[in-house]
Amino acid sequence: MSPEVLAKPVKDTASPPDRKQVRARAARRRRAVVVGARVLLLVAVLGLWEALSRAEVIDPFNFSMPSKIWDQISTWVAHGTAQGSLGQQIWVTLHEALLGWGIGVVTGVVFGIALGRVALLADILGPYIKVLNSIPRIVLAPIFVIWFGLGPASKVASAVVLVFFPVFFNAFQGAREVDRNLIANARVLGASDRRVTLQVVIPSATSWIFTSLHVSFGFALIGAIVGEYIGATQGIGLLVAQSQGTFNAAGVYAAMVILAVVALVAEGLLTFAERRVFRWKPAHTER
Amino acid sequence: MSADTSPAIELRGASKTFRTPSGAPHTAVRDLDLTVGRGEFVAVVGPTGCGKSTTLTLVSGLEEPSDGEVLVAGAPVGGVGGKVGFVFQQDATFPWRTVLSNVMAGPRFRGVPKAEAKEKARDWIARVGLAGFEDRYPHQLSGGQRKRVALAATFVNDPEILLMDEPFSALDVQTRALMSDELLELWEGTGASVVFVTHDLEESIALADRVVVMTAGPATVKQVFDIDLPRPRKVESVRLLPRFIEIYREIWASLGEEVRITRERGAAHVA
Repeated sequence: MSPEVLAKPVKDTASPPDRKQVRARAARRRRAVVVGARVLLLVAVLGLWEALSRAEVIDPFNFSMPSKIWDQISTWVAHGTAQGSLGQQIWVTLHEALLGWGIGVVTGVVFGIALGRVALLADILGPYIKVLNSIPRIVLAPIFVIWFGLGPASKVASAVVLVFFPVFFNAFQGAREVDRNLIANARVLGASDRRVTLQVVIPSATSWIFTSLHVSFGFALIGAIVGEYIGATQGIGLLVAQSQGTFNAAGVYAAMVILAVVALVAEGLLTFAERRVFRWKPAHTER
Repeated sequence: MSADTSPAIELRGASKTFRTPSGAPHTAVRDLDLTVGRGEFVAVVGPTGCGKSTTLTLVSGLEEPSDGEVLVAGAPVGGVGGKVGFVFQQDATFPWRTVLSNVMAGPRFRGVPKAEAKEKARDWIARVGLAGFEDRYPHQLSGGQRKRVALAATFVNDPEILLMDEPFSALDVQTRALMSDELLELWEGTGASVVFVTHDLEESIALADRVVVMTAGPATVKQVFDIDLPRPRKVESVRLLPRFIEIYREIWASLGEEVRITRERGAAHVA
């Protein structure tokens, strides 16, 4: 289509395919602009960092530079780290985080639903849970290293305490906020208390629980990394600690890049799982 | 036992007092006497917020009376029984279940084997006109279709007592008339006793054998009217009968006064 046609005011008589094409083209252009700007921003920031560092405007020893970070990552990938192959380190950290996340999520959901359904239990345990929640739980990581040693157990424990609370509070809230009509309906239809919990409360609370799963996987990674940083024989947290110990700034950044990739992949898998679970929901976020 | 001759529902001096969030007691119904015969269709009308719905929750066993007695088939109500079906004002379909699964829920909760429950559910889905929609989720249906799912899910349990709390109030006028006709058809095949709560006087006259007028809250029975319109009825045509208009005028004389009282109290937090 010629530009003149597009410039003309659109009349009702304009054939629909024209408009559709115009809209599609505008949408495509917008997408190209967004992607282009993103790439440009990344290149600009990395380029500036590299340039400033090479020109020694910022101290290359402390701040390193993208090319060195890249070198570090390729060295780790090609020749492995001081503790073994890079894949091995990622796997160790991921394994600890996943295990801690799984345990934290299951216990959080079980406690959350139980306290949400049984008011007596909530009244008894409520204040203790508040107190435990008010402790900055990351300080427990050193204690766990003392209790459980340098192996994975201490990292799993740190991940569990970080994951438990957000999941617990969301599950609790979710169980409390179940539509009373749905519960009344289920009871009239003949559901026992157990059925109401399993088939009404838990399904309604899943959207609350899933919200917390996104946040809490990040927490699980933090727990595992901090645990490794404090004392470990393997893992990405140890890479950070060792790089820091040898004043290798590029190593610290490289470990951060690897972590970011791991976290993004996990997030993507979780979103995929969520779509499968919530097929019953309307395509848009709210009804 | 006089179980066979006793009325389907009997409320004797039933009262219900709730504690409001501020701690003050709120009496929803007081000293309520009401008898519903077997197979009878009773409509309860009253001003908005007067406590009509509370009457239903007492009969269903979802709530206990603070005072007085509630009997179903001659036996005092203790918790939710198996004879009762309840259609709620708001949507109460399970959004994470398909239509088929929603309608199967009742029989499954009551321990009916899966295959049998599925068969009964399919039958009722067809009867409410939703054949072919078995695999849809509630959010993919219209408001009227969701109400049909709720009706099927209730009727599939073969309730002896059907409690309906303004079930069609959220529907548009045409859909409401259609659903009323279908409700009458479905009900006539079952012989269930119905208590139908509404604030729409026309709807109550068109549907019921008797119309109970409640007072402004705390609600109690003010007057009971027999509706001597012939059955089977079609809601749209029965409305035009001279007798219908006569009855309407008669009942409105009683109901209008209570509506005025409610309004004057400023309890008009009406939508």
